[in-house]
Amino acid sequence: MAESFIHIERISKSYRTRGQEFLAISEATFDVEEGELVSLVGPSGCGKTTLLKIIAGLHPFDSGELRIGSAAVPFDPSRDIGMVFQQPLLLKWRRVLDNVLLPAEILGLPMAESRARARDLLALVGLKGSEDKYPYELSGGMQQRAAIARALIHDPKLILMDEPFGALDALTREKMNLELLHIWREARKTILFVTHGISEAVFLGTRVIVFTAGPARMADNFQVELPSPRTLDIKTQEAFGQYTRRIYHLLGME
Amino acid sequence: MDSTRQPWNPGTVNRYAAAVISHLLLIVAWQLFVVLGHVPQFVMPTPLATLKSLAVPNYRWFDNSMATAVEIFGGYFLAVVLGVGIALLFSWWRWLEVLVMPLLVSLNMVPKVALGPLFIVWFAYGLGPNILMAFAICFFPIVLTTARGLSEVEPDLLDLVRTLKGSRLQIFTKIQLPGALPYIFSGMKVAAILAVAGAIVGEFLGSDKGLGYLMLQVQVTLDTPAMFMAVILITVIGVVLYGMVLGLERVLVVRDARIR
Repeated sequence: MAESFIHIERISKSYRTRGQEFLAISEATFDVEEGELVSLVGPSGCGKTTLLKIIAGLHPFDSGELRIGSAAVPFDPSRDIGMVFQQPLLLKWRRVLDNVLLPAEILGLPMAESRARARDLLALVGLKGSEDKYPYELSGGMQQRAAIARALIHDPKLILMDEPFGALDALTREKMNLELLHIWREARKTILFVTHGISEAVFLGTRVIVFTAGPARMADNFQVELPSPRTLDIKTQEAFGQYTRRIYHLLGME
Repeated sequence: MDSTRQPWNPGTVNRYAAAVISHLLLIVAWQLFVVLGHVPQFVMPTPLATLKSLAVPNYRWFDNSMATAVEIFGGYFLAVVLGVGIALLFSWWRWLEVLVMPLLVSLNMVPKVALGPLFIVWFAYGLGPNILMAFAICFFPIVLTTARGLSEVEPDLLDLVRTLKGSRLQIFTKIQLPGALPYIFSGMKVAAILAVAGAIVGEFLGSDKGLGYLMLQVQVTLDTPAMFMAVILITVIGVVLYGMVLGLERVLVVRDARIR
């Protein structure tokens, strides 16, 4: 079997707060293949965000092994990560196009090309015509679309999303789920998607990894075999319900 | 479209017109109050009598106005440059902030007005002590708001830059400084008002020129119209300074980011 794109083996991480040892991640082990959209789902405090930040290279970890990239798919940690957070975090003083260009500026990429690419990406995320607007002129969902375009501007191989639709209303969220699947198919990226939405995790993921809290533990890791491309119809299918029930069961929510 | 439910939104022209009207109304009310109330001139002169005081050459209105303007603008400019400068140093060297900020907070508690006599001892009568007074009184708000603005950076945004291995200078120029601008301007607006008060207090405490100095001179002769005129000119200088700051803010800060 060929080397996987991301290999995580027995990664553990604990914090000390007020003299108390707090285990954030305990022996997480999983692999991600290139082009997968993997949902990391679990309640608050289960360490899924911490794990995402470890993968992003933002946090050290105590023990275990993390490898990103393979012989077939080389990985440059400074150029191959795109991040999307719960808040869009657009710079208020920059127009949408210039916000999307921020990573390109930081990496010193050629600007003329990046501008053209930013326009294409804004069209991809459905923001054609909003290039010269300021963030305050956009709705929350549109701001998050711009943030997704920003994460794609430097053409990274891996997109890390930390509850990106958690602050949106339910309807916008469903719409953004469909948009994300569309973007994922077009852009052909590997995506790690952290969420506490069980239905969202199943609907989006080619694979779902379930974490439980107290103590933090990786509880399950399964392939989602649902028809592709996914439409909202699949949410009414029996298989979809079985997957979500499986997660509810693991989280002790029946 | 049903416009009756829309909140009333006056246009720019209407806003300016309204501002002019309210100012004119105040002058009319002033005139009526004095005339109908038979208020003696040494208590409150009419607007016209106030204006006429400009004709007294002895009062050297132009020179005195310029002196006060130099004090206000000079002290203010110094405070902005040094205040923003020190806050920038704080953001670069956290230990400096930890060391110096408590001292600044203590010094801010010193009543600046009480230092006036000392300033005169150090710098002798003239513009110097009054520039220093204007500076002392508006320096702290600028340091405090700028430091606050520079420290208000979304941690996730820093993470985003870190995943791209962005440099500290990039974080500073692309995120920290533009993000702090609204705070800097909010401090500068407060400071603009304080600078005027500082310069005039300085002149009251001891000076040989300026509109505050002139007020003390004409107070002795009960030339109330001239005192009124001096107050009006001081206000005009303040309005010019404030207007310049607002204008600069309009150019540099996106509308949504402005702090009112």
